[in-house]
Amino acid sequence: MRKISSAFAVAAAVALMGTAAQAKDIILGVPGAQSGDLASYGLPTVNAAKLVAEQYNAKGGVLGMKVKVVPQDDQCKPELATNAAFKLVSENVTVALGHICSGATKAALPIYKESKIVLMSPSATNPELTLGGGYPNFFRTIARDDAQARLAASFAMDKLGAKTIAIIHDKGDYGKGFAEWAQKVVEESKKAKVVLFEGVTPGAIDYSAAVQKVKDSGADALIFGGYHPEASKIVMAMRKKDMKIPFVSDDGVKDDTFIKVAGEFAEGVYASGPKDISGNPLHKEAVEAHKKAFNAEPGAFFDNAYSAALALLNAIEKAKSTDYDKVVKALQTEYVETPVGKIRFDKQGDAEGVGFDVYQVVKGQFVKVQ
Amino acid sequence: MEYFFEIFFDGLTRGSIYALIALGYTMVYGIIQLINFAHGEIYMIGAFTALIVSGVLGALGLPGYAILLMTLPVAVIYASAYGYTIEKIAYKPLRNAPRLSPLISAIGMSIFLQNYVLLAQTPDFLPFPSLLPPLDVVDRFHGVLSSSEVIIVVTAALVMAGLTAFIKFTRMGKAMRATAQSPRMAMLVGINVDQVISLTFIIGSALAAVGGVLIASHVGQINFYIGFLAGIKAFTAAVLGGIGSIPGAMLGGLVLGWTESFATGYVSSDYEDVFAFALLVLILIFRPAGILGKPAIQKV
Amino acid sequence: MRDLKHSAITAAWFMFLTLPIMVIHVNTIEKTIAWRWENMAYVGAGAFVLSYVWRFLMRRRDGGGFRSLSPGAAGRGRLLRAAIEDRRISYPAAAAFAALVIAFPFLFSLYQVNIMISALIYVMLGLGLNIVVGLAGLLDLGFVAFYAIGAYAYALLNLHFGLGFWVVLPMAACLGAFAGILLGFPVLRLRGDYLAIVTLGFGEIIRLVLENWGTFTQGPSGISNIPRPGFFGMEFGLRGSIVFMYYVVIALVLLTIVVVSRLKYSRVGRAWMALREDEIACQAMGIDKTKTKLMAFSLGATWAAMAGVVFAAKTSFINPASFTFLESAMILSIVVLGGMGSTVGVILGAFILILLPEYLRAFAEYRMIVFGAVMVLFMVFRPQGLIRDRRLRRKFRPTELRGDADGDSGGATDKAAGMKAAGAHG
Repeated sequence: MRKISSAFAVAAAVALMGTAAQAKDIILGVPGAQSGDLASYGLPTVNAAKLVAEQYNAKGGVLGMKVKVVPQDDQCKPELATNAAFKLVSENVTVALGHICSGATKAALPIYKESKIVLMSPSATNPELTLGGGYPNFFRTIARDDAQARLAASFAMDKLGAKTIAIIHDKGDYGKGFAEWAQKVVEESKKAKVVLFEGVTPGAIDYSAAVQKVKDSGADALIFGGYHPEASKIVMAMRKKDMKIPFVSDDGVKDDTFIKVAGEFAEGVYASGPKDISGNPLHKEAVEAHKKAFNAEPGAFFDNAYSAALALLNAIEKAKSTDYDKVVKALQTEYVETPVGKIRFDKQGDAEGVGFDVYQVVKGQFVKVQ
Repeated sequence: MEYFFEIFFDGLTRGSIYALIALGYTMVYGIIQLINFAHGEIYMIGAFTALIVSGVLGALGLPGYAILLMTLPVAVIYASAYGYTIEKIAYKPLRNAPRLSPLISAIGMSIFLQNYVLLAQTPDFLPFPSLLPPLDVVDRFHGVLSSSEVIIVVTAALVMAGLTAFIKFTRMGKAMRATAQSPRMAMLVGINVDQVISLTFIIGSALAAVGGVLIASHVGQINFYIGFLAGIKAFTAAVLGGIGSIPGAMLGGLVLGWTESFATGYVSSDYEDVFAFALLVLILIFRPAGILGKPAIQKV
Repeated sequence: MRDLKHSAITAAWFMFLTLPIMVIHVNTIEKTIAWRWENMAYVGAGAFVLSYVWRFLMRRRDGGGFRSLSPGAAGRGRLLRAAIEDRRISYPAAAAFAALVIAFPFLFSLYQVNIMISALIYVMLGLGLNIVVGLAGLLDLGFVAFYAIGAYAYALLNLHFGLGFWVVLPMAACLGAFAGILLGFPVLRLRGDYLAIVTLGFGEIIRLVLENWGTFTQGPSGISNIPRPGFFGMEFGLRGSIVFMYYVVIALVLLTIVVVSRLKYSRVGRAWMALREDEIACQAMGIDKTKTKLMAFSLGATWAAMAGVVFAAKTSFINPASFTFLESAMILSIVVLGGMGSTVGVILGAFILILLPEYLRAFAEYRMIVFGAVMVLFMVFRPQGLIRDRRLRRKFRPTELRGDADGDSGGATDKAAGMKAAGAHG
């Protein structure tokens, strides 16, 4: 019984602390995976938010109000995402930057919608989030899965001239979504045939049998939807079995860890990823700021998160208010310069001016394919 | 037909690994009737230790075969030490506790060990050096068989033969069989039961470490989470073959490996695990004690 | 002196054990090695001190338990029992507790209410599994399958037919019961750990089907926009619906507690416990083993399915990732850690295991390692669980046979059942 009462005491204290947050500040909530196995996708977003907030605060804040960053961990799990969302709502968050995974975003969105809070994700790519039309409060600074899959599929058909394509995915939300869109694109174009469409179990000890099946299907190219650990196992198994067909994959594979793990086998692998922005001065500035503040290279989705934070605060400034309707209007009408380019948002919430490019691993580095 | 053999060998490789890990489950279960959920983590720790040791030796500039010769024993020793220690901390104090308490303790231990490696090392995937030497003979059949597959199958077979001989012909093996039959009776005839249990954990862990090193250098990457799925599959294999029975664990591992590979090869990898578990259910319905398990006759 | 030597050996052993993983950090890309010797010093010092603590606690545990060594504890236990039995104290205390439960959503933030709902869902799951594992002694490692069935039943029926929470709740309960029987039939012959692995397999099969059968379940991308329950057509705002949800869950948990504790002392409950203790003796007493086992499975599954409906309504989004084996392990841990068979124990177990990680957020990345360690230590030092299940006992008084005394309490049937059970074990 004592354990329960002390739990209640803690609960009370936490609740009080929550309500004590000042209404004078602009509170920028940053929910996302900040612990667990997907933490490496969520933590860079927190850093980006902190950097942008600092930048604004140094200039005297937004509309004279200080920007305060409040991170909340959801481990990319739907049930924890709703907890994080409720925590933010009960702390009177002004706008929120996040939910990293699409599933977690889907679970949390209604909570923000009810409370009229703008949510902008740097990384949730599921098309339904914007195309579904149910969430006028949702925005994102990353291109949708379907756009990415269309790019990868047409690349395989047109540039690589593949006539028969095998599609493998990791059964996950992101990977299977990508794979299904790619399949649709290929089938609609009638330029090539999907000869194999299958999911593999993430974490299984090897994928030899699945790779054997790809080989047997006689595909000219393999499109893989999923993350880099599975991708590197499949690529290595393919090369060890003397299969030289091109391997085309997605944003989840365009990660330096993939090259490190797959080593020499990574050579020649294609992956689509956010548009090459290395020439953008704002991007350089953001990376420099990150190196200075955290003494490390920024991680996954950093640019998207940095851009989202800029877009959100800019919208509040342009709207001259934190009022929900005015902020939404400003997001849709006012262009803003960000590391991913000059962007504004369409009626559905997708950013105009953000796109994907195809990259190839050449000598241990991702190089943009012309 | 070539396709059939390719799938067959993929299944054989997978099955050999399952069998190696399953032996640890089955030995522990045979002696103290505990499902040692932390066993998959031992496999992971064995692989991690091997990665670290080979990294250190590689940095010292030793040649490949020397690295392999030294890495495997160190990994085996460490995995055994972990197995021994885990038994002393988490299971021995629970020897007379209700039957399910050690099971929960094992689940806790498994969570602890995963996070221990996560925090002390890294959450990321790490490339694992391919320690297994290429065999010229095999490489001629490139694409059908890879040399690492052959090495895995042969090593697993040798290790299992050794274990069977140990259990069958040595004094200690006899003591183990006696303890498995009845710990109390074994104590009466002068067997140090605590020692036998410790030895069981040590041998089981050593086998898991061998499996860990083999598979890690075959697939070329590891992280802190690899033990979870491998552990569950190996446990399934052990039960399939008849838990407590050593030949059963080997057979169970192979059957499971083949089921998965053929399901992937001829049906769909979407449902590979469904086939594996469905087979398990089916076999247990018709042979409630597994393929080679002896049905326990309950006397009153 | 012996202790000192022992601790020194322990410290040295752990320093050896943690050497590769804690001390050496190899960067396989750049081929650099970081030696972190300071970690070894921490491990050594930590192991040295902890081995003293360990031995001390072990001696206390083995030396006849906590009671004999610390009379205070026993005194406190007696005091507590006296307090519970004294209506002057227990009634106001119960009233205060009830008031707190009712006022909870108005005293705390939505976040607190939300995690409380989570914990209460696990209370339902724990009590459901308690029937199967705690009472009937059937080890079930795939309990989450029924939870998933409930959640998907609500999500899909709502998606395709627009059925509401209150309509689906009883339907899901029936579906759960049916699924329990379906699972129960093939595994009737299996014992102990064979049963465990088959149920684990069933749990995984259900999850894999949900994941792969995309056209029916929407696969891994899950189902969103699941509505929260309304009340006779009334719709609430977000806050209102969460608070309402809280009361719904409280009501369901109360219902669960009442039903489960009535079941426990019913004829079938006693049959379960007899089955758990000894199957053969149980059969010899004329108990229908098949029927009893199937009842345990289906009644346990009923609660899990209902908890699933509540879960789907609460999160408003579900995907197969929420129904993994780890979830089953967590529910089983709630039952064992709380104390098998004990209702109060299971409730406490659920609160501890679900709320602990939320309040451990302060530990940040050390959260889960602490959680694992707590689980191990808890079992080592309290293997019987938080609260040991107490069998209902009635003293046999010769006067009762003559039927002229009214005994202490309870009806005649209860007594008869008590005597029967006593006979079964006599």
